[in-house]
Amino acid sequence: MNTLSVSVVTPDGSVLNDQYDMVICVTERGEIGILPNHIPLITPLIISAIRLKKGDQIERVAISGGFLEVSNNELTILAQSAERGSEIDVERAKRAKERAERLLQSKQDNVDFHRAELALKRAMNRLDVAN
Amino acid sequence: MASLREIKSRITSTTKMKQITAAMELVSASKMNRAVQNAKSYEEYGKKIKEIVTHIAQSMDEDEVKHPMLQPREVKRTGYIVITSDRGLAGAFNSNVLRHLLQTVNERHSSPDEYTIIAIGRVGFDFCNKQNLPVSHSIIGMADHPTFSDIHDLAKETVQMYVAEEIDELVILYNHYVSAISQKTTDLTLLPIVDLDEQETKLEYEYEPNQEEILETLLPQYAESLIFGSLLSSKASEHAARMTAMRNATDNAEEIIEELTLSYNRARQGEITQEISEIIGGVSALE
Repeated sequence: MNTLSVSVVTPDGSVLNDQYDMVICVTERGEIGILPNHIPLITPLIISAIRLKKGDQIERVAISGGFLEVSNNELTILAQSAERGSEIDVERAKRAKERAERLLQSKQDNVDFHRAELALKRAMNRLDVAN
Repeated sequence: MASLREIKSRITSTTKMKQITAAMELVSASKMNRAVQNAKSYEEYGKKIKEIVTHIAQSMDEDEVKHPMLQPREVKRTGYIVITSDRGLAGAFNSNVLRHLLQTVNERHSSPDEYTIIAIGRVGFDFCNKQNLPVSHSIIGMADHPTFSDIHDLAKETVQMYVAEEIDELVILYNHYVSAISQKTTDLTLLPIVDLDEQETKLEYEYEPNQEEILETLLPQYAESLIFGSLLSSKASEHAARMTAMRNATDNAEEIIEELTLSYNRARQGEITQEISEIIGGVSALE
C-alpha cells in the first residue's frame, strides 16, 4: 500500500520525518484528511494538533500555525514551531497558559490582547496534545 | 635594555594572556560548530518556504493585483536591519558590517528621515547611537544559539512596518557565513520580495482557500524566516571570526614570548659576562 512521507520542519530544525498512512490537519476552513496520492495542495494551518496515522497507531504533533504542502506523496508541514506529543514540556505549557490567562484578565490598556489570546491558544493546544 | 625582572614579568603575563586566548579560541570553535548546525537545520525550512512562495507567486496571473510585498514601490524610507555581536574580540566582524552600513547610508540618503535602523546586537546599537543614526527597534543580548521565538517579535514588528508603509524597502546587513575562515559582509533586500528565481513549475497546485489569502499569511512568515536565517548565519560568522581572531592572538603571543625569551637570555648572559669581567678585573687589580 502507498504511504505518505511526512516531514514537519520549523526554523529551528526538522521535528519529524517518517512514513504515515494518513494525516489529519486543521485548516482555517476545517479539518482536512490527506491520504496517499492526494493532488498537489497548499493550504495554511491554524494552531492545532496534527494527527498522523500509521496502522492503528495515531501520533499527535502540536503546531503553532503554518503551512501544508502536498506533492508526489510527500507531505511537508512548515510550522513556526512544532512539538511531538511525547516531547512537550507540560510544566512549561501550563505556566504559559497561566501567564496568558493572567494577561487576558488584567484589563490593562497596554496588554496586547490578540497576542495573549494566541499565546493562550498555543499553550492549550500543547497541553491538549501532551495529554 | 629592560632589567631581567621586567622581562620576566612580561613573559609571565604574555603566557597567561596566551592561555586565555587559546581557551577562547576553543570555546568559539565549539560554539561555531553548533551555530553552523543551527544554520543548517534552518536551511531546510528556508528552502521549502521559498519554494512555496515562488510557486504561488509564479502561478498568479500577471494582471492580477499583486501582493504589496511582491510589488516594488517608490522608496521614500528604507529600513536597515543590522546584525552585529554583543561583544567584541571578534576581529573585523562588527566593523565590517558597520562600515558597510555607514557607506550605504551616506551614498543613498541625504537626511536621517529617509531611513531607520533596526539593530540586533549591542555593538551595532551603540554605534548607531554614537553616530546619531535613527534606531527604531533593537535587540541586545541575543543568545549564542537563538531560537525562532527569540527573534519572532522583532521580525514581526519590522515586517509590519513595511505593511503599514512606514518603510518602503527593507534591507538586511550581516556577515554571511561562507566557511570557518571566510565571512562575507552581505546586504540583502528582504522586502519587497523580488529575488524569486524562475523555476520550472511542473506541478499544478490546489490552493485552499485561494492564492491571495495564502500569500497574506505566507509572505510575512517568509520575510520573518529570512531575518532568522540571516541571524543564524551571522551567529556562525561571529563565532568563526572570533575563533580566527583568538587564534591570531595566540600566535602573536607565542611570537612575543619567543622574542622576550631571547632578550631575557641575552640579558642574563650579559649579566654573567659582566660579573665575570668584574671578578677578573678585581683579581688583576690585586696582583
